[in-house]
Amino acid sequence: MDLTPLTIDVGVLVSKTVTSLHSHLVTRPTGRAVRLAIEAQMASTGVQSLSIIDLSDVTILDFSCADEVIAKLLQGYLKPDSPEAFFMFRGVRESHRDQIQVVLERQALVAVAETDTGVRELLGVIEAYDTRVWQLLETEGPLVREDFERVFPEPILDDVLGRLRKRRIVFQNPISGRYHALSQLVDNPL
Amino acid sequence: MNVFSVPTELDHQAVDQVLDTVGQVGIERMLFDARHVRWIDPNGMVALLAAGAVVKKQGGSPRLQLPDNSDVLGYLSRMGFFHEATGIFELLGRVPKRVSRLSDVLLEITSITANADVHTVIDEVQKRAGNVLASRLGYPATSVVQFSVILSEVCQNIVEHAEGPGWVAVQAYNWTKRLGRYVVVITVMDIGRGFRHSLSDEHAARYGDRWGDSTALEAAFLHGFTRFPDSGRGQGIQQIRRQVQRWDGSITIRSGTARIAQVPEWDIADPVVDGLKSFPGAQISIILPAVK
Repeated sequence: MDLTPLTIDVGVLVSKTVTSLHSHLVTRPTGRAVRLAIEAQMASTGVQSLSIIDLSDVTILDFSCADEVIAKLLQGYLKPDSPEAFFMFRGVRESHRDQIQVVLERQALVAVAETDTGVRELLGVIEAYDTRVWQLLETEGPLVREDFERVFPEPILDDVLGRLRKRRIVFQNPISGRYHALSQLVDNPL
Repeated sequence: MNVFSVPTELDHQAVDQVLDTVGQVGIERMLFDARHVRWIDPNGMVALLAAGAVVKKQGGSPRLQLPDNSDVLGYLSRMGFFHEATGIFELLGRVPKRVSRLSDVLLEITSITANADVHTVIDEVQKRAGNVLASRLGYPATSVVQFSVILSEVCQNIVEHAEGPGWVAVQAYNWTKRLGRYVVVITVMDIGRGFRHSLSDEHAARYGDRWGDSTALEAAFLHGFTRFPDSGRGQGIQQIRRQVQRWDGSITIRSGTARIAQVPEWDIADPVVDGLKSFPGAQISIILPAVK
């Protein structure tokens, strides 16, 4: 098992993929080209991968591009026959949030985001209880199931952990059974 | 020769007169007599271009008699009107030389035919809009991003849905008498297929006999319907409406024989107008007022 993070700088990709003159992430064809470039970079990874999509150098992100580069990217890897890909979006600015939130809501998706100030949070559609479980892992992890149970004794815990896994916002090591937040895998790859 | 006397004040409230005129006649030769124009905003300028382009598209020969007023001529020049107009009209009168690009204009009239044009618009606006939005409208410094997103989405509408040429222009004005505040006026117009034709294949059936220009506008404007089956589509206009509302602005879209609007308290426009003279494409006007 190799989950060494692959960092993809979207700012560089935009200028490489679309045109050297424009660096803003606007228009659907631009977004589609960037998404295809990300997918091409990921093609070399294994059946499991963790990618950091870095938006630090993106000033303008419109809804069409957010739909392509974030929602459609996530959607594509949630299909049953897809490789098990995990994503963390880094460098998310306040001016990106609205667009990302809207496109994720539209497709009922959730994503792990790290703001430009280093705060990790979930964007998109997620239950408040699920967020609290994720937050515990984010601050205290890696954790085993019993660690969660001490804080969340409710019988729905297994369902919640299953959902978080299925939505690819936490990773469970198939050997140790421990749960990892994506940010922890970025800092300490398996 | 049909002669249309261009209104002396040609702004967002008067453009229907221009569009209706072209919509109602099967015109071959048309003279737009703008001699008496004393005031014109981006809506008026782009409406003139659109009207002339429709006459030309129909095989006609549009002519434009230029304004007598030197200030109006100078402003048309600064807005880049003549750059676009020379390809459409036979211009009657002396076209002033274009002054330096370093003017007070927020975004000159820019033609939109491809996605690369949208990138150009966003690059230009980035250079100039931040200062105007902050100093004239009192918006936060970060508002230039949301402003750019609005422009990007509204311009993409031309490329993706209109399948025809279009133009965008932006300018700031002091609406002392009308509103007592500064406003930024955005106009985006095309002469493409319009909302009804764009949405017809996917959505006409569910509306049955009610399907027309106004129901097509309602479908896109209020419900976010689009011709694409992809559920990620159709967000552009919805999100533009939302942001314009946050800024207490107005947005109107005319397409075919109808117009729909999101009307703030300070405006008196009707939310829906039907029965206009048919004009191809879509004509969008957005007005963003200064913070009170």
